[in-house]
Order: sequence, then C-alpha cells, then structure tokens
Amino acid sequence: MANLLTISGSPHIHGDQSIRKIMWGVVIALIPALLVSFWYFGIGAFIVTMMAVLSCVVTEFIVQKFILKEEPTISDGSAVITGLLLAMNVPGNLPWWMVVIGSIISIGVAKMSFGGLGKNPFNPALIGRVFLLISFPVAMTSWPLPFQNRWVFTDAITGPTALGVIKEGLGKGDSLDNLMTRIPSYAEMLIGNMGGSLGEVSALAILLGGLYMIIRRIITWHIPVSYILTVFIFAGILYLIDPSKFIDPVFHLLAGGLMLGAIFMATDMVTSPMSKTGMVVFGFGCGILTMLIRVWGAYPEGVSFAILIMNAFVPLINKGFKPAKFGEEVKHG
Amino acid sequence: MLLKTFTLGGVHPEENKISSGQPIRKAPIPKTAVVPIAQHIGAPAEIIIAKGDKVKTGQLIARGQSFISANVHAPVSGTVTKIDEFMDSSGYRKRAIQIETEGDEWIGTIDRDEKIDATIKRSREEIIQLIKESGIVGMGGATFPTHIKMMVPQGKKADCLIINGVECEPYLTSDHRLMVERGEELMIGARILMTALGVEKAYIGIENNKPDAIDHLTNLSKRFPGITIHPLKVKYPQGGEKQLIKAIINREVPSGKLPIETGCIVQNVGTAIAVYEAVQKNKPLFERVVTVTGKSVRNPCNLLVRIGTPISVLLEEAGGIPTDTRKVINGGPMMGKALNSLDVPVIKGMSGVVVMPEKEARRPKISNCIRCARCTFVCPMGLSPYLIAQMAEARLEERAEAERIMDCIECGSCSFTCPSGRPLLDNIRVAKSKVGQIIRSRAK
Repeated sequence: MANLLTISGSPHIHGDQSIRKIMWGVVIALIPALLVSFWYFGIGAFIVTMMAVLSCVVTEFIVQKFILKEEPTISDGSAVITGLLLAMNVPGNLPWWMVVIGSIISIGVAKMSFGGLGKNPFNPALIGRVFLLISFPVAMTSWPLPFQNRWVFTDAITGPTALGVIKEGLGKGDSLDNLMTRIPSYAEMLIGNMGGSLGEVSALAILLGGLYMIIRRIITWHIPVSYILTVFIFAGILYLIDPSKFIDPVFHLLAGGLMLGAIFMATDMVTSPMSKTGMVVFGFGCGILTMLIRVWGAYPEGVSFAILIMNAFVPLINKGFKPAKFGEEVKHG
Repeated sequence: MLLKTFTLGGVHPEENKISSGQPIRKAPIPKTAVVPIAQHIGAPAEIIIAKGDKVKTGQLIARGQSFISANVHAPVSGTVTKIDEFMDSSGYRKRAIQIETEGDEWIGTIDRDEKIDATIKRSREEIIQLIKESGIVGMGGATFPTHIKMMVPQGKKADCLIINGVECEPYLTSDHRLMVERGEELMIGARILMTALGVEKAYIGIENNKPDAIDHLTNLSKRFPGITIHPLKVKYPQGGEKQLIKAIINREVPSGKLPIETGCIVQNVGTAIAVYEAVQKNKPLFERVVTVTGKSVRNPCNLLVRIGTPISVLLEEAGGIPTDTRKVINGGPMMGKALNSLDVPVIKGMSGVVVMPEKEARRPKISNCIRCARCTFVCPMGLSPYLIAQMAEARLEERAEAERIMDCIECGSCSFTCPSGRPLLDNIRVAKSKVGQIIRSRAK
C-alpha cells in the first residue's frame, strides 16, 4: 500500500476551471446572437453557421491528425467558437464554398500553423474574415436585409449596412440629416432589425452574451468596457466639434460590428494582453483604431482591422504593462 | 461590516474543514519515536546523547548549532536504540534519533499543573532564552526558529505583533481547535511575545469561517489590553505572512525584505501556545496538534501528538487508512508535501495529515497555455506565473530573477487556477532553487 503513494509537488488540488468549460461557456454566450441571426436572416444564416463550424472543426481535426500527428483536441470547443465567430462576421447569403475557404484560412493558417490553441498571435476568425473580405469584396459586402426570403439561400434582397450608407453618403457630399432618414432607427438597430453580418445586427443579443461571460468569469470587463467607452468618447468629441459632419456616438455603438468585436473578438484570451491594465490599453487602442478607420479609412467598418492591428501589439503591451507587484513600494499606513 | 483582506489575487478552494468540530484529543504515545535533528530551517542540531542512553520526556537530546538552529528534545521516555539516517517527511534520509518507549517519565523541571498561569514574571531576555532552550520553531509549517525571529535586528523597530490564526489551508483545523480550546493560553502567549518584543499592540487575524474562535477570543481579549481580534475574509492565501500583514495593518513587506521592515512580527497560533508552555510551564516543544483528515477518512480528528510518532499511528487513530488512499500530504492540500511513506515521523512543523483518494490525487491533463491570464489575476504577489514558468522551462534563470521569481511564496494559486492544468508552480519552484544558487554564488 505505502509504495503506491503518489508523489507530486503542491498544490494537490485543482480548481474547477478547464479549457473545455471556458470554451463551451463562450458557445453558450453566443446562443442569443445566433438565434437572432436565424430569426432575421432565416435558413441562409443557419446554413452559413453550420458550414463554418463544421469546416473549422474538420480542418482542425485533419491538421492535428494527419499533419501534426498529434491527439486531436476538437472537443475542447475552440474550433467551434472560431467557426461560430467567423459565421457571425460574414453576410448570411455568402456562398458555402467561400465559408469553407474562410474556415480553412482561420483554422489552418491563422491557428494551426502557429502551433494550435494558445499559440496564434492573431484572432483566427478575424483573419478568415479579412481574407474573405479582400478576396471576395462584392460577396462580402452585399448584406441581405432582414425578413427577406428567409427560406431561400443566397438569393436574398441585399442592401448596404448603416455604416456603409453614412460613409458612402458623406463621401458623395450628402447631408447627414438626409442620410439619417435612410438608416434604421436606433431602437431597430439595438434589437438588430437591419442589414449586416450575422453577428453585427443585434447589439442587445451580443450584450446579453457578454453579460453572461462576465458573470461566469469567462472574460473580465476590462477589454469590452474600455473599447466601447473609447469609441463612444472619440465619436462624442467629433460630434461635439461638428454635428453636421459627424454622426452621434450612439450610432457608432449600435452600428456595425463594434459590440461583436468588443465582446467576443477582442476578448479572445489567446490574442489579448495578460494584465488588467494591459487589457484596458488594448481596448483603448482598438477603440481609437476603429474610429480612425470608420471616419477616415477606406472601409466603412474598422473593427476587424483594429483588433488585428492591436493583436500585433499584444507582446509589446505585455512587456510594458505587467500586473502591479506586491511590495513594489514601501507603504506605511 | 466589510471584512479585511489582502488586495492582490487570491483563490477560493473548497474549505473541507471536516474536522473543525472535533475536540483535540491525545494520540497514544508511540512504541518507538524517531526524532529528526533537522526539523527546522537552518543547521541540524548536534546530538548530545548516545545509543543506549536512557532519556526522559522533555530532555534535551540535540542542541541547536550555529546561529540559525533549534534544540530538539526527547518526546518520549525510554532508551535510545539507534542514531541513524531515517526517511523523513521531505522524502530524504536524514539523521534522526530513535527512542524505544518505556513508560512516560517527564523531566522534573516541567510544571505539569493544569492551572493556567497568567502572570508574566520573566524579562525580555529571559523569555527569548526560554524560547530558544525549548526548541520552538514556526509551527505553521515554516519551522523558522522562533527565538531568532523574536530578536529584532539592529536599527529596526517592531511596533506590533500579529498572531496568525487564519488557517487558510483547506482541511486543516488544528489552529482553529487551539483557538477554541486553549484561547486563554494563546492570549497569555501573545502577551509574553509582546513583552519580548517590547510592543503594546497585538492583532489576531482569523478567517471569518471560524466564528466560534472569533467570538471566544474577542470575549477573552477584554481581559488582555492591547490585543485585538480581526476577522478576515475567507480567501486563500490569507494566512501568508505578507498577505496577513497587508490585510491587518495595510503595510507591504518590500520585495526581498523581511516582515520586520513593516515593524511587525508574525507568529502562528500554535507557536504562541508553545511559547506560553515554555515560559510559564518550562515545557519544551515535544508535542503538537495535528489534524488528521480527508474525505475518505473514517474519523477525521485533531490529535495532540508527540513529535516522532509515525504517521501510520495517527491514521490508525483516525479510523485506519482508507482503502482508496492514493496520496498522503504533510500539511494542507495547497502547500503541503506529498509523503512517500507512512512510516515518517511527525515533526514540529506538521500541522496536518491529509489523505486523498485516487480521484482527487490525479492531476489534470496538461494542455497548451491559452493565455487566459487567470494566473496573473490570482497571484497574491502580483507576479506573472505564466511568464516565469515559461522562463523556468527555457532555463532563463536571470530573466526569471528580473521578473521577481524570488518573491513567489509558492502558495500554488496559479497551478490551482490554470484551466490548462499546467504545473506552473512545479516549474517555478525548480527555477527558484536555481536562482537562489545564482544569488548565493554572486554573494561569495
């Protein structure tokens, strides 16, 4: 009996956290946004989502099993999340083969070629999305309108996003007052009754998922709050300078992929900083870049690019913003 | 009321204080006691008896050598049958004295009267001398010789004493029971320590999961001016010396320095009671309270045990070794050491024996670090465990030193929390000993 005792270093107990719990928790948090997208965009949204998840999981399995020759870890849920997030970032009528290509790029190139889970510097779903955006700009920017042809795939009536309307209009010299009549009301934008990527439409559903993740301690508030607040303040300052040229900050919060980006993409733990101060800096950088691209850049939406650029800064942020250490300065109370 | 606690990090392991309601009872005196001469931090004591000698309980058998060392006394009376290397709780064979028990005859100088003696007659110097002679070491597990801790270095000044009654380790309840059952002796012990330090204030920190101890001591404290009781939030590692000082008097021990920098000295509850016995009753440290517990243990209990008693005797007292036993820990599950044999003896720093079944003894599967940053959130020293562990694996000791690896208190919160099941502390510990060597070679 005595020679069967296990010897190992302390601690001898482990908390209940696991990769699996964290990842499947994120999947649960995505459910409201998924349901909303199915409701508005119908069967197309469902097919795109399933296609993305399936091809992400299959890609990861193939790469692990046949190329890296290691034990596949698809059940940890991380490939499922990448698939879901990629789907949330594309229009609901995207041809299925484009979805497959996007998934292969996301998992195969952006994740597995760096060594798999935990090793990738950039958010895999965003790499997939940006690859598709650059390769297939037309298909990636024709957004189906909600409630149109919910039972037909790819043949939907399309229209530009609210951000697209504003950007294009202002570029042509239209007045902001005039343009405001052509975008959905803020209430509709909040619940998601507008054109856009699957996950861009309902700010409310995304917020709900975010709240769940914060309560379950899957993420902390630092990145989403600093990101969203920075966008709000930046847009607010512009609006105060010239309300006839710059749209109000509330619009910037509700339109496009800000909520999805701030809550689900920027908080990807693999590609975000390791300290709370670092996270705030990261969120701030994402906010500034998002606004710079939205207002002065070539694309109407800047969330994907902003997050990818800030991903590149993460090692630097980690070096510069370490956690506050105990006993750093002598305090006498 | 908002409970006091430390500010950085911390975790909440399941408390599992299953033996907290069990009064302290005496364990049988072992037939043979094996008494290691190195039960403390510092140089081993020098053996002053020989094989074949008759010894009495409480008799000095090994004298503390050099500056940092501690006396060792016979825990039983009988004949010295062997002086040899024996397996101890560290898993190494170390020098120890084996005594074959015959009766239980105590040395005459010990006052065995149960009556509590509250009058402190000794001077500062006499108290420190008595602590030294009695071989008292930090009984919370650190085993640093107490008389040295009590000698405030030149140029430093102590202004308060903190008694550590936190017992934040899951399962362990020996300090809890001591506070409930021997509160008065604890208070007198604290007064003695205050006299020795020349301070007017003492704080007793207790986690809020021990309301009976808090109430009892708060009542007693009315009779002991200068001593106040501080209930603390239940959060691991609240009982870490630095965390406790931060929680109670809001001072931070500077990196690489001793607690005296903040003007306070911390002593464990068990140590304070041992000091009471040494100073008021002339009784050397040869027995202590050990919690014997575990989910499958039939009768989890708190035992007053003679030093040198084999662990197997304690397990018999607790209802036998459970059939599903896979791991036996000296100390609590967060910081304790796994034992490789049940024949090893109880030593002065052993506060508990935790028996773990197969299911709990298994470590989680190791996966890639997902950079979730939870280890940095929970580190009570504000370190970056993921980074230091990485440096340790890559043998980058100098860089690990710059990241303050030596500040690590080895509380295990990082490994406990890691969702990837990475053995962060294992790696850090290995690098820490290497960095320690580097620092020492630099000093030469």
